[in-house]
Amino acid sequence: MQIVPMEVAPYRLSGRVYGTLVNHRSALELLGDSVNAAPYKAAPAAPVLYIKPRNTLTGPVVVPNDVEELEIGAHLGVVIGRTACALSEQNALDFVAGYLIVCDVSVPHSVYYRPSIRFKARDGFCPMGPTVVPRAAVPNPDDLQIKVFVDDDLRQSVTTRDLVRPVPRLLADVTDFMTLSPGDVLAVGAAAPAPRARAGQKVAIEIDGVGRLETSFT
Amino acid sequence: MRQARVAFSGAVHTAEPDGRGGLRLADGRHVTEQEVVWLAPFEPGTIVALGLNYADHAKELSFGSQEEPLVFLKGPGSVIGHRGVTRRPAGVKFMHYECELAVVIGQTARNVNRANALQYVAGYCVANDYAIRDYLENWYRPNLRVKNRDGGTVLGPWLVDASDVPDPGNLELRTFVNGKLVQHGNTRDLITDVPGLIEYLSSFMTLDAGDVILTGTPEGVVNVNEGDEVICEIEGLGRLQNTLASDAAFGRGI
Repeated sequence: MQIVPMEVAPYRLSGRVYGTLVNHRSALELLGDSVNAAPYKAAPAAPVLYIKPRNTLTGPVVVPNDVEELEIGAHLGVVIGRTACALSEQNALDFVAGYLIVCDVSVPHSVYYRPSIRFKARDGFCPMGPTVVPRAAVPNPDDLQIKVFVDDDLRQSVTTRDLVRPVPRLLADVTDFMTLSPGDVLAVGAAAPAPRARAGQKVAIEIDGVGRLETSFT
Repeated sequence: MRQARVAFSGAVHTAEPDGRGGLRLADGRHVTEQEVVWLAPFEPGTIVALGLNYADHAKELSFGSQEEPLVFLKGPGSVIGHRGVTRRPAGVKFMHYECELAVVIGQTARNVNRANALQYVAGYCVANDYAIRDYLENWYRPNLRVKNRDGGTVLGPWLVDASDVPDPGNLELRTFVNGKLVQHGNTRDLITDVPGLIEYLSSFMTLDAGDVILTGTPEGVVNVNEGDEVICEIEGLGRLQNTLASDAAFGRGI
């Protein structure tokens, strides 16, 4: 796993990364009325989570031969500081060590019913960093600008103000059924449509006060 | 050889059967099965699980043919060991066990051919992969609220060396709830068998030592309630016990 500098407890990541699907209003808006049609039949009632396994945490990002472009899911990543079980919205942020940028790479897929893990779990598909910024340095995780650049072209500019479940609410709902441990990362939701990049291009994600993460697709 | 990880007298130990019904710790002490706390027999890395990998179970849930194995991932936070306790939330209608053969990877596996696949296996254990069907939604099925709950992945009792399991493709599986046989199958009925799963997964993701594949469950899943004792048993691997407990036992809903 790539080493991400972290100057607050627990000082290192656990290597467990959970992502949240359709937690940005733009993602739901893009789906439009289709959320009520088959196969979904309703908008999600609970957080929809997925896992980026440990093989995704070691680079580089390689575009598979049978794919033209990859999607860039630009997320704010919450790093857990203390064992977090059944949190309330009121105290949830007390359990956060800090924040980083998660670049959740996917092979583009349009149906979210039961997508193959081939789309999200390939080696190198989850660059993170550049450092873990301590919680105290980020006054409000629900008011951060996220920008995505491909070869220095601005491709996406969105804000965490538009999260369906803001960070404290998401932490409360997730830890109701699964305990998060120190060093675990919860990526809180990317906007849609996701920017795409090809092999040979440089991807950069910037989040206000969290930094800039640069990745090359090969 | 078979090995357990247990907590006893202030430390975590590896242990093996002592041949007289108890355990022998690595430091030489003999203990009973009841006086130790059983942990998962290895520290799991990536946990890969299969949905609908037995023809009869797929039929039970009205699924047709599949283009590729239906795979989902679980987090190690959901794992508990033998003789553990799993919370059953109040008010759910359908929480069920799933008895599964767990395949533990022993060395880095990338683009492995099925003919060589079993060389990458360290060993096997029994898994009980709980699900709460009430929470099933049609987004990234089966979602983590169904399948990745605390205490929802029971592993053990032992990690049995691969060399002691000559044919993982012919093992009887049985589940008992309060002593009554409720589920019965055989790994020969896997839609994608163990070598096929290693070939498929390693074609797009590198598997590493400690990663584990839960190979799916046969038909025969029924609801379980708080207080029920669930035993999942696989021929040659042992009997994995778990008990369901109420919200109150976990300080919930008070």
